Amino acid sequence: MPVSLNVNGQSREIDVDPATPLLWVLREDLGLTGTKYGCGIAQCGACTVHLDGEPLRSCSAPVRVAAGRKVTTIEGVSSRAAKAVQKAWVELDVVQCGYCQSGQIMSATALLEKKPKPSDVDIDHAMSGNICRCATYHRIRAAIHAASKQLSA
Amino acid sequence: MRIVGREQKLLVILTVWAGPGDDEPRRKSTMSRANGKWAVACFLAAAIAAPASAVDLRAADSFASVTDRAERSRALFAEAGKVIQHPRCLNCHPVGERPTQGTDMHPHSPLVVRGSDDKGAIGMRCTTCHQDANFEPSGVPGHPLWHVAPKSMAWQQRSLKQICEQVKDPRRNGGKTLAQIQEHMAHDTLVGWAWRPGGTREPAPGTQEQFGALIAAWIESGAACPR
Repeated sequence: MPVSLNVNGQSREIDVDPATPLLWVLREDLGLTGTKYGCGIAQCGACTVHLDGEPLRSCSAPVRVAAGRKVTTIEGVSSRAAKAVQKAWVELDVVQCGYCQSGQIMSATALLEKKPKPSDVDIDHAMSGNICRCATYHRIRAAIHAASKQLSA
Repeated sequence: MRIVGREQKLLVILTVWAGPGDDEPRRKSTMSRANGKWAVACFLAAAIAAPASAVDLRAADSFASVTDRAERSRALFAEAGKVIQHPRCLNCHPVGERPTQGTDMHPHSPLVVRGSDDKGAIGMRCTTCHQDANFEPSGVPGHPLWHVAPKSMAWQQRSLKQICEQVKDPRRNGGKTLAQIQEHMAHDTLVGWAWRPGGTREPAPGTQEQFGALIAAWIESGAACPR
């Protein structure tokens, strides 16, 4: 059945079972493959997108919850906080294999949009759902602090 | 329904056991034995994969034989305590910052905290993962108002006596009268999730209807707390 979505600012109508995980609608129906499948059980965070600006594990959300709401994926995230995060990620060479990093960036951006000067504890709490098998955690934390400094500059 | 971990390994073992050995000739008697083994394997697989069955609750009127009113009241609350102190309920009534999960009540994975409004931290809200209903493709449970009970309603590391006193105290139970407490226990749908947890999670004992009836009978008999 048709489901109306707003993804990265564009209205899209997709004929899909409303119970389909949002992740697969994004990847397979809309071709937005920047959001990754890592576990399918909301344990790794690779599938993180924003729903009305809040982080969402898209593997664990039926597409119907996104109907009529704003979905933002890694391809479309463009706020001031997102740009600061991406700049810091590049400057600190955070990425190794890169698989988790869409989710990491989406979660970091959501944190900084709500709390531009997060403490280490805030970072722990916001980022603990994003796993990195390459263990880039130290650089992720440093990059979030760097992005925060940039936002307040 | 997701089959994971230990259940997966058991199902593989059963499949190998029930399947034909490489050196078994195909004779009628062998096929009968193979069919029998498959029947047993299927039965065991269904038992492994099925949600754990819940413990029953005694009906409220079965306590009528306790003639002392206060004792009957305490016994009714003790029976209701099988629900109140079940992991399905205790997991979201933590005493500290972190909810627990699972029948063994291990710390919630990933790390989540109650936050300032009992709905999660900035950047990791309950709704980051939990949606408005149980979602079988991921196995994540859900409800429209998924959140942690306030600290005043902490039930972990509390005796049933202490929980009883908290439930009765309007300063610590959300300002509810006993009648409102009964309504909440009997009909609130987040409370009701405990009996419909999804996946292979063990539901709370009995039914919400039986639980509500126990609470009603407890109130009617004077709402006495365990000693």
